[in-house]
Amino acid sequence: MQCFFGIIKLMILLDRVVKKYNGSSAPALDRINLHIEPKEFVIVVGQSGAGKTTLLRLLTREERQTSGKIIVGGIDYDKLKDRDIPMLRRKIGVVFQDFRLLPNRTVFENVAFALEIVGMGKREIQRTVPRVLDIVNLKGREKSMPQELSGGERQRVAIARAIARQPKILIADEPTGNLDPKHAWDVIKVLEKINRYGTTVLLTTHNQEIVNRLKRRVITLKDGKIASDRANGEYKS
Amino acid sequence: MSHNFLSLSRVIKAGFVNLFRNISLSAAAIAVMVITLTIILFSILANATFQNTIAQINNQISISVWLKDSVTTQQVNTEIAALRQLPNIKSVSYISKTQALAIYKSEQPNNAQLQQAISETNNPLPASIEIKPVDSTKIQTIENFLKQPKTVALEDPQYGNSYGGDQKIAIDKIAHATSIIREAGIFAIIVFAAVSVLIIFNTIRMAIFNRRDEIRTMRLLGARTSYIRGPFVVESMCYGIFAAIISSLIVDAIFVGSSSTLQASSLGLLNINYSHTYFNNHFWILLTLELAIGIVIGAVSSVIATRRYLSFKTAR
Repeated sequence: MQCFFGIIKLMILLDRVVKKYNGSSAPALDRINLHIEPKEFVIVVGQSGAGKTTLLRLLTREERQTSGKIIVGGIDYDKLKDRDIPMLRRKIGVVFQDFRLLPNRTVFENVAFALEIVGMGKREIQRTVPRVLDIVNLKGREKSMPQELSGGERQRVAIARAIARQPKILIADEPTGNLDPKHAWDVIKVLEKINRYGTTVLLTTHNQEIVNRLKRRVITLKDGKIASDRANGEYKS
Repeated sequence: MSHNFLSLSRVIKAGFVNLFRNISLSAAAIAVMVITLTIILFSILANATFQNTIAQINNQISISVWLKDSVTTQQVNTEIAALRQLPNIKSVSYISKTQALAIYKSEQPNNAQLQQAISETNNPLPASIEIKPVDSTKIQTIENFLKQPKTVALEDPQYGNSYGGDQKIAIDKIAHATSIIREAGIFAIIVFAAVSVLIIFNTIRMAIFNRRDEIRTMRLLGARTSYIRGPFVVESMCYGIFAAIISSLIVDAIFVGSSSTLQASSLGLLNINYSHTYFNNHFWILLTLELAIGIVIGAVSSVIATRRYLSFKTAR
């Protein structure tokens, strides 16, 4: 695998990317061109089925593009071998709408897992995890099991897990989708904080209020195409 | 601490932690494995016991050649030597007239009149050669030998030999039945083992199916295949170890319980005492066999069952 963050200008580059699923006539993504620079905070909006999730799944290499080029952090996905996919994913933080915490592990262990898989030693993990939990305002909940937490807390654990390795990119797929407004804002504030530390954040959401209050770059997807791409954009449903 | 050693120790630890944190699922999987391993163990014990019963029946099958009184010792020795050259011979022994009388008397201890009527001087019993085959299903060569004119010439014309008429039919029937039981026993073990393997495989597959999202999440976080699969393999191997030990203890308890409550040593062809002795004598071998089956099937099943959730999408 090539070096991930060398002298590169763009963090994410999509060039005429098409994704067609078997059995469907219309492509889920249709000739998408997208340039995202390091440290940007980008919000992707669009109706259900517009292609937001497909876009993120291509970036995490859960799906392969039908055609076009994807380069993330200098890595060309066409040249990526299966055995190198875990290495790629370790460099991208991912947060999901349904949290996807490991159910049989404590908060501490969930965050520690992300560090264990990169071979971090026990002492360093003991130092890092509380620090990361502090960032997401969950200090003191180390020993709780996921099912003992509220939705907002769970999502913040998921964010802590995603940022523990200090990734250059954080991909958040509808992270506020299952949360009430108060908890949703808690999560968004954490994402902003992480962005201030220098992480590129790519967020998809349905939530009009969040988009309009954040005043960030907004990319609107419609029927698999980019309908608009505006700095300080707004979301009009 | 090297990276590999660190990973291995984390994988093993995670396997144990998962086993106890998923205790209800683990208990269900272990219970199914206990039942199937016990069935395999019982089929092995039943087979060994049947084989023993058959061996005992076979051991009683012998062919006697009753000799004329005029046959000399030299002729007898030549005949015995020739018989011993044949294949499938367990033993060939000579029973003199005196020995035959002693045996007969010992079989009729309460019949005083009979004891008096036959005496050394008036001994009507012929001397005989008793042949025991190794395998009663393969006594064709012995039969052919007995048909030779040289042997027929030595036979007492009144009695001949015992491999003829009704006795021949009885021996052949027993021989036939034993060969069927022997094959059926081995076939039953194979069938039970195969069914058990399938059941265990499916149980582990279901257990892993329940946790497929966990596997996919680990995959998305960038964990390597061995790091995700390892704990599942460790956990499944633990199921096998626990199940094998529990199964052996259950079988032992059943034997101890049945001997004290049933007060019976056999159920038809199934000699319980022999089964128990066989189990005790072969305990460590049988436990090792169960452990091996449990561990290997557990490991292989979990490797196969996790495969589909670990694969990367290759289709464009």
